[in-house]
Amino acid sequence: MKRKNLITLGIVTTLLAGILTGCSGNSAEATKTAKSVEITNVSYDPTRELYEAYNVEFAKYWKEKTGQEVTITQSHGGSGKQARSVIEGNEADVVTLALGYDITAIQEAGLIEEGWQSEFDNNSAPYTSTIVFLVRKGNPKQITDWDDLIADGVGIITPNPKTSGGARWNYLAAWAYADQAYNHDENKILEFMKKLYSNVLVLDSGARGATTTFVENGQGDVLLAWENEAYLSMKEYPDEYEIVTPNISILAEPPVAIVDSVVDDRGTREVGAAYLEYLYSDVGQKIAGENYYRPSNPTIAENFKDVFNFDVQLATIDDELFGGWDKAQETHFNDGGTFDQIYDGEIQE
Amino acid sequence: MKRSRRKQVIPGFGISMGVTLTLLSLIVLIPMASLVINASGVGFSTFWETVTDKRVLSGYYVSLLCSFTAAVVNAVFGVILAWVLVRYDFPFKRFIDGLIELPFALPTAVAGIALTNLYSDKGMIGQFLDQIGIKVAYTRIGIIIAMIFIGIPFVVRTIQPVLEDLDSQYEEAANVLGASKAKIFFRIIFPEIRPALLTGFGLAFARALGEYGSVVFIAGNMPFKTEIAPLLIMGKLEQFDYHGANAIALVMLAFAFLILFAINSLQIHYSKFTKQ
Repeated sequence: MKRKNLITLGIVTTLLAGILTGCSGNSAEATKTAKSVEITNVSYDPTRELYEAYNVEFAKYWKEKTGQEVTITQSHGGSGKQARSVIEGNEADVVTLALGYDITAIQEAGLIEEGWQSEFDNNSAPYTSTIVFLVRKGNPKQITDWDDLIADGVGIITPNPKTSGGARWNYLAAWAYADQAYNHDENKILEFMKKLYSNVLVLDSGARGATTTFVENGQGDVLLAWENEAYLSMKEYPDEYEIVTPNISILAEPPVAIVDSVVDDRGTREVGAAYLEYLYSDVGQKIAGENYYRPSNPTIAENFKDVFNFDVQLATIDDELFGGWDKAQETHFNDGGTFDQIYDGEIQE
Repeated sequence: MKRSRRKQVIPGFGISMGVTLTLLSLIVLIPMASLVINASGVGFSTFWETVTDKRVLSGYYVSLLCSFTAAVVNAVFGVILAWVLVRYDFPFKRFIDGLIELPFALPTAVAGIALTNLYSDKGMIGQFLDQIGIKVAYTRIGIIIAMIFIGIPFVVRTIQPVLEDLDSQYEEAANVLGASKAKIFFRIIFPEIRPALLTGFGLAFARALGEYGSVVFIAGNMPFKTEIAPLLIMGKLEQFDYHGANAIALVMLAFAFLILFAINSLQIHYSKFTKQ
């Protein structure tokens, strides 16, 4: 009996091992000359519409240039979650995420080579965005700038910076405003942030969730949102909302990068690089603008001057105030950072 | 081959045990072990600091309080639901019976979004509750509602078969002997369904404790008020703090284990009691 047992166990284990190893395999050389090629673009939530349009154009361009059919698999989700999936083995040829911090995390896992941020123009950010306010039609609470948000009775909707990349931009934009308004006095800035977050009604886990809370469930008076998300909501319900651009905001640069270890393995470096490079072309820039991302090419951006408010003063993450993503993450969002200090409370029974 | 002395009556013990062990190892034991190993990678003091942080403690509190309340509500209403479905005949009984399973099949995020939409102060049900001063969505009540939703099938489905097998002769006998309705329920029926009820309660409790998908939408996620422990785990993961996430997960696992262990002990205690 015992022997039989062991044999069975052996068979089952071998079978399982066989199934597992059978799944992998690689064919780097074959891809280069093949008639068709597949690449995967792992992106974050609000770029869904943008890349849907862009992928069609790129496939056309690549076919004309090389005669090769290219199929692009898109994946969307929270930026941090997407980065983790790539680290854990989701085979992305290119990543187009919400913040540099998430791509740096992939680099630290050894999948992307150092210096990715200078591989493409403009800090590897082909399009930019900023943080604006979406308010209800007629702006009943008279919200025009950041200091209106801390008034009593204003309900704010913004996602949780601990779980959402977009929310981190919101937080830093508010911080940039307070830094100027209170003349770099850190105590006063913190006090402002505390007041701001005491007006927050719901801290959703992601940017799309916050939009749903504000738009579908009618919570709050103002949604802090990506400019492109705000415009999408406007497009869907043109008579119900207004966009308010504050005087100071932050330049959000959602960067793109080639995942070196994957493209080398699959032999897709050429098409992957072209895919990201083409985002900077006139065609790519125009698609970005049409999807409410600010084109990085000033000539193309000029065509969208009726859409975007270019007068807003924009702080950047690399300003001395924030000192880049690593430092900003450490100071503000890691455990014990300023965001945790804001919510330093007691357990409520 | 030598025949073993005590031959099993049911054939296939070897192969089925092999499959059981392999599957259990791959799906349950190895992932659990890796959780422990990962969490222990940081040293005890960091581990302790992470899992006893004020915000994390409040996360356990919210999660345990809400899932316990939801499990109690589920236990009460689960018995009633199962009772109605087993003992009475009415139109569309099969259809209603099928509905019970829906929370299992529905993706939890969809359930969360739908519940939030219904129970927000602008929603179909929420607006009436709002008028009498009850806020559901974005409060702990909302969390409990979501947890009731995902937990109810566990209770109903564990009690139903027991009720079906219950011989109504005993009830009739008690009735003839003059026992009151309440006495019949508490002395005859309840002891029979108690083990199943405890199992259902335990399953619903443990399931609600780990629930993330539906709760995050309805919770509001405000620190110290409506922030559940699984959300804190997600927060740690977002910071690429795998050790921290593992540490909290391990504590949650210990809670779930203790709950199920306590319920099993209770069951053993009762079954001894009934046999005597």
